[in-house]
Amino acid sequence: MISKKDVEYIARLAHLEIDEQDKEVFTNQLGAILDYIDQLSQLETEGVEATAYTVPMKNVFREDRIATSISREKALANAPDQREGQFRVPPIIG
Amino acid sequence: MHLYELPIHQLRDKIDRQEVSPAEVLAAFYRRINEVEERVKAYITLTEEQAGVRASEPLSGPLAGVPLAIKDNISTAGIKTTCSSRLLANYVPPYDATVVNRLNQAGAIILGKTNLDEFAMGSSTENSGLYPTRNPWNLECVPGGSSGGSAAAVAAGAAAGALGSDTGGSIRQPAAFCGVVGLKPTYGNVSRYGLVAFASSLDQIGPITKDVADAALLLNAICGHDPLDSTSVDRPQPDYTQFIKEGVQGMRIGLPREYFSMDFDQEVKTSVLAAVQRLEQAGARVEEVSLPSADFALAAYYIIAPAEASSNLARYDGVRYGYRSKQNAKLSEMFTSTRSQGFGDEVKRRIMLGTYALSSGYYDAYYLKAQQARTLIKEDFDQLFKEYDLLISPTTPTTAFKFGEMSDPIDMYQADIFTVPVNIAGIPAISLPCGLDSKGLPIGLQMMGGHFAEGKILQAAYTLEQLLAFKEQPAEVGGAE
Repeated sequence: MISKKDVEYIARLAHLEIDEQDKEVFTNQLGAILDYIDQLSQLETEGVEATAYTVPMKNVFREDRIATSISREKALANAPDQREGQFRVPPIIG
Repeated sequence: MHLYELPIHQLRDKIDRQEVSPAEVLAAFYRRINEVEERVKAYITLTEEQAGVRASEPLSGPLAGVPLAIKDNISTAGIKTTCSSRLLANYVPPYDATVVNRLNQAGAIILGKTNLDEFAMGSSTENSGLYPTRNPWNLECVPGGSSGGSAAAVAAGAAAGALGSDTGGSIRQPAAFCGVVGLKPTYGNVSRYGLVAFASSLDQIGPITKDVADAALLLNAICGHDPLDSTSVDRPQPDYTQFIKEGVQGMRIGLPREYFSMDFDQEVKTSVLAAVQRLEQAGARVEEVSLPSADFALAAYYIIAPAEASSNLARYDGVRYGYRSKQNAKLSEMFTSTRSQGFGDEVKRRIMLGTYALSSGYYDAYYLKAQQARTLIKEDFDQLFKEYDLLISPTTPTTAFKFGEMSDPIDMYQADIFTVPVNIAGIPAISLPCGLDSKGLPIGLQMMGGHFAEGKILQAAYTLEQLLAFKEQPAEVGGAE
């Protein structure tokens, strides 16, 4: 069973801030979903290979050649903040 | 008959014969949108100006002059693509999704971008960060989701056809609720380049249309290998319209026992079984079959999809695009406050669920287990498709529900119980209307096929469509006089 502490821990990993009231709600809801998911433990999977993609796939390679790409201007057009042609962010340390 | 009531193939023929110009068709659709949009709210953005310019240019291709709507999680260069999220409310992509490129090359005109549950997470559009879309058959009911805007637009005559995306049923379930046709192609048949990623191993773009022939037409336009999507499959593409012919003689159809024995709406069951009987009378061989591992598909889905989502949505941090919180004295504070203010509750729930499933100590018990379940589910389907051409089930356990009726997340997740296994196995499936329930709401029937068996599905669906001649129109938006 998932606890309020677990929810606080997961929220921190996911960079989410949850207020006290929502913590209760999320704890209950995630608990119920995990209970539902738990039925998977009844499925015998000993020795079964995991499937990531259902259509057979192998690595897709291409020549390492320069192709046209999005211009710096276009790439920065949605930036919340920019300076000198680069994304600008708040201080990392401090 | 109004222009907006015509299926794409009839509109296109009229345009080809020069009975009507693309500009006149476009005007008819925007008039219709003006009439119904206030009630239905299918769209987030209308692109009337760009569409008008395009309609005045010479257009060629199999969809020349056909006005379509695009789900707002599919990138459109220079046109806002919001995913119905506060986080992307002002995001304007610098490039087109491959499917948008291909529709443009085929001559189609984009009417606008349609509403969805935020980041395609939901089954009703109630999780939209903007507003819910309403079902044209009954405005008190949801249109389904997450491609609810696309399905409602097509049902209301506010688009000739639309694109949706389907991760666990997001094309088929709203198509069923809105009485239209929705096709989820085989995983890898349609490029995902430019589709804002939710769960990358499950997501697939597909058409939502008025009839089966239109689904084939749109699939033709959007399918095929794309070097920009390494999961798109390189294989010769058939002309899907060649399967738009009647005939199920000798076709082997399976009815999964595990689906039909579930506790669900009796009217839905009766209607689907009656439709199956029509196929049987037309020469199909119908038998009950077993898909033992399908019972576990929904549980596996609610590990795999949130796990992939938690990783995919890590990119929304306020650095390069989208919303940035004003609480940003420090970088880590900016990340957390941007995400906390930007995402809605369902998105947060799934990110946390996925983060939990992938976190240290739980990976084997959840993610690995779910990936193993996927192997078993896929093998079950593969086994059946050696003997059967198609499987049939209801698309949804109920018809459209009312707003607020599914307040518990797990109840809402159950709306996808019949559609999710298809995504887990990566196979194609279609939903088409097979009747109305006693409340006058459409019932959807789902046909599933083996990998790349879209042709067979389309042929059987077309045959059933002709046999049933489903002609009812949504009551609440009516024809304009």
